[in-house]
Amino acid sequence: MRALLLIAPLLIFVLVTFVSPIVDMLFRSVENGIVTEILPHSTSALKDWNSERDELPGEAVFRGLYVDMVIAVKRRQHTRVGSRLNYEAAGIASVFRKTGRSLRKVDVDAFVRHFTDLHPDWENRAFWEGVFSDPAAAGVLPNSSRTFDAWSQDFAKPEDPVPEDFVYVALAGELRGLDASDLSGFGQPYAGMLAEAARTIGRLDEISLKQEFLQLDSEWSAATLWKTIKIFSPPLTEAYFLNAVDMKKGIEGVERKSEAERIYLVIFGRTFVMSVTITLACIFLGYPVAYFLARLPLRKANLFLILVLLPFWTSLLVRTSAWKVLLQQEGVINDILVAVGIVDDSARLVMINNQFGTIVAMTHILLPFMILPLFSVMKTIPPDFVRAAKSLGADAFTAFRRVYFPQSLPGIGAGSVLVFILAIGYYITPELVGGIKGTFISNRIAYHISTSLNWGLAAALGTLLLMAVLLLYWVYDRIVGIDNVKLG
Amino acid sequence: MAAGTNTAPAEGFVRFESVQKSYDGIALVVKDLNLSIGKGEFLTMLGPSGSGKTTCLLMLAGFETATHGDILLGGRPINNIPPHKRGIGMVFQNYALFPHMSVAENLAFPLEVRSIDKDERENKVRRALEMVQMGGFEGRRPSQLSGGQQQRIALARALVFEPDLVLMDEPLGALDKQLREHMQFEIKHLHERLGVTVVYVTHDQTEALTMSDRVAVFDDGIIQQLAPPDQLYEAPENSFVAQFIGENNTLTGIVEAINGDLATVRLDSGDRFQALPVNVNAVGDRTRVSIRPERVETDSRRLPAGAHRISAEVLEFIYMGDVFRTRLKVAGNEEFIVKTRNAPDQTRQVPGSTIEIGWLPEDCRALDA
Repeated sequence: MRALLLIAPLLIFVLVTFVSPIVDMLFRSVENGIVTEILPHSTSALKDWNSERDELPGEAVFRGLYVDMVIAVKRRQHTRVGSRLNYEAAGIASVFRKTGRSLRKVDVDAFVRHFTDLHPDWENRAFWEGVFSDPAAAGVLPNSSRTFDAWSQDFAKPEDPVPEDFVYVALAGELRGLDASDLSGFGQPYAGMLAEAARTIGRLDEISLKQEFLQLDSEWSAATLWKTIKIFSPPLTEAYFLNAVDMKKGIEGVERKSEAERIYLVIFGRTFVMSVTITLACIFLGYPVAYFLARLPLRKANLFLILVLLPFWTSLLVRTSAWKVLLQQEGVINDILVAVGIVDDSARLVMINNQFGTIVAMTHILLPFMILPLFSVMKTIPPDFVRAAKSLGADAFTAFRRVYFPQSLPGIGAGSVLVFILAIGYYITPELVGGIKGTFISNRIAYHISTSLNWGLAAALGTLLLMAVLLLYWVYDRIVGIDNVKLG
Repeated sequence: MAAGTNTAPAEGFVRFESVQKSYDGIALVVKDLNLSIGKGEFLTMLGPSGSGKTTCLLMLAGFETATHGDILLGGRPINNIPPHKRGIGMVFQNYALFPHMSVAENLAFPLEVRSIDKDERENKVRRALEMVQMGGFEGRRPSQLSGGQQQRIALARALVFEPDLVLMDEPLGALDKQLREHMQFEIKHLHERLGVTVVYVTHDQTEALTMSDRVAVFDDGIIQQLAPPDQLYEAPENSFVAQFIGENNTLTGIVEAINGDLATVRLDSGDRFQALPVNVNAVGDRTRVSIRPERVETDSRRLPAGAHRISAEVLEFIYMGDVFRTRLKVAGNEEFIVKTRNAPDQTRQVPGSTIEIGWLPEDCRALDA
């Protein structure tokens, strides 16, 4: 227990800064509560709507939409749900924005009058408070209670004598279809008053909020819009993951996206291939260096090791920018090649803002992660092994191939795992020197986090990346064995 | 075999001719080494660490090049022959068994690189394993074997390709005492049976005395004495060898006279006695007289005529089972050790008492100071 106390600061730090963001990311990749949260009335009314038939939802849905929109506009949330739905069907965001702007134009006086004409108490705030503080209210009139509570707690000023219009609309919508027996749970005089209002509620059927909305934006008549809202009302969704593998949850179920929209599988594949290339390049360049260092006396080896580590003390941005200076078409390398005459001035090499640039710059940046584990493994290989092989008759190459190399494999394994996992999630360098063709999946993730603000998709892409790494790790463990990996 | 002679065979199988070695170009690690090793001989290079013995072995194996001089193998200079073409078997201190190969693969390795076909290879591997009593261990990994077993495999691997010369670099250093003694005999018997030439490096003098035909005692890059074990022990040629081989009592003094075979030595305490002059040349030289602990008689009644008698104070008596070990103060030296066999008629000395001890002049060797 005391040992636990010792590590507690680190443990808490790791939990807060590492584990919880990952859990949050995993959750965000399927989380979809926003639609039902902001549009509770519309989505619950939409449950009764048959999306198979190509007709618009009924008046009940539009009444719910009105209440939802009024509250959402007051809370400035209508654009959020709009952008969320926009990920699934382009154009929805503007419908919500436009509707929110002109929602005032919707005429709902008839709803207010329906109640106030019955009895003047319906113009009395205390009476309304009585209705919704009744124990039966939450059970029989859940939507109206919620709406009234929202109004009285969030929007009403203490001196406001009458509820706002949308509260009347909510109650009218909910009373439709209820009769006196449903309302008998209320105490008097509320039960009677509600029953009276319910009995004559049919009079409001001739008022069409649907028409009002269609006038605000004709897009509300599009069945796909409503189907999209209905499909994405459940609190959990697989849509982000489908999107991340170039598929979508269409109206007829899961399907592949159109050719032009498929990008993520290509980027995943590119990320993988380029990471493998970078890892191989690091092995190829790092192995001889580590071999050289491991054979030096310790003092000299430490000196050279500082040279290997030197890049770590230079800012990543500086190192990447240096590659820009070197590789660009008017850059150092091209200038030299042209000056020497190897390359014609009109045919300068394109070495940056493509995959080549990314591979070169990232190999340079990740090389120490290959050299260090290789060096530490090679240092533990006693020189006697190679000597023994030679004394047994093996020439230098055979001794290396049969004896030294197999024993340095754990170092290659450790370095490869390190470099590959770092490479596959790399962001800054491909962003700066990758252009369009040389970017990684992490650049897409960053785009969705900071530009398109589609965090769900970013989380799904990130989750897939995490899964890919874990899967590779597992495969690696099965083939090579993680026990064979030595970091030092 | 060359055992028992001080003179090396005229045409040695292995010969070092004026070999020098320096790592930094300034200090010589090996200074003008001349050594001839006969075919089938078991020669041990013995010395403290840093004495140059391992460097000699590495030069012979080809892992270090001589700065000066020639090394000949079977009459042929091998200075420019790379290690893998020398055909010399070598056993390393840490065994150097390849950890990623099984026992059989380790043994087959020297045969494989010599392109010996599979059937013969398997035959030889099996015979080599039987030779070191490790039959049935073919499939094991070195890490699954005990230290002694690894040692046997290393030995088998160095012998499996039938080299004429096997080098061993402190091969028993990592084993515990009992196993080490057992392996000493096994290596010795193997050597006798196969007739292979062995050059063995150790800093353990018991090991050197037990196993070798001849021992070369190294110090400071020079062979201090090259002799069979019995001569080395009984007739050390200088103080270093006397001190290094076995236990020894030293009394320091000045040579007063040299009369033919005997020299008279006056100790710093004033005592005078006679000793064999070994490498003292002139009267007046300082000398260290060496006397083996078992050549000192503590029972004055048994001292033969002509023995030098001297009184000694008993400081300590240690019962060691087979022998008694008595520490005395003799002529000012408080570390004077006497070893007596545990026999019924032996006296157990009482610390604090003064006794008379003595020794024969021929057991005293007057050496350089």
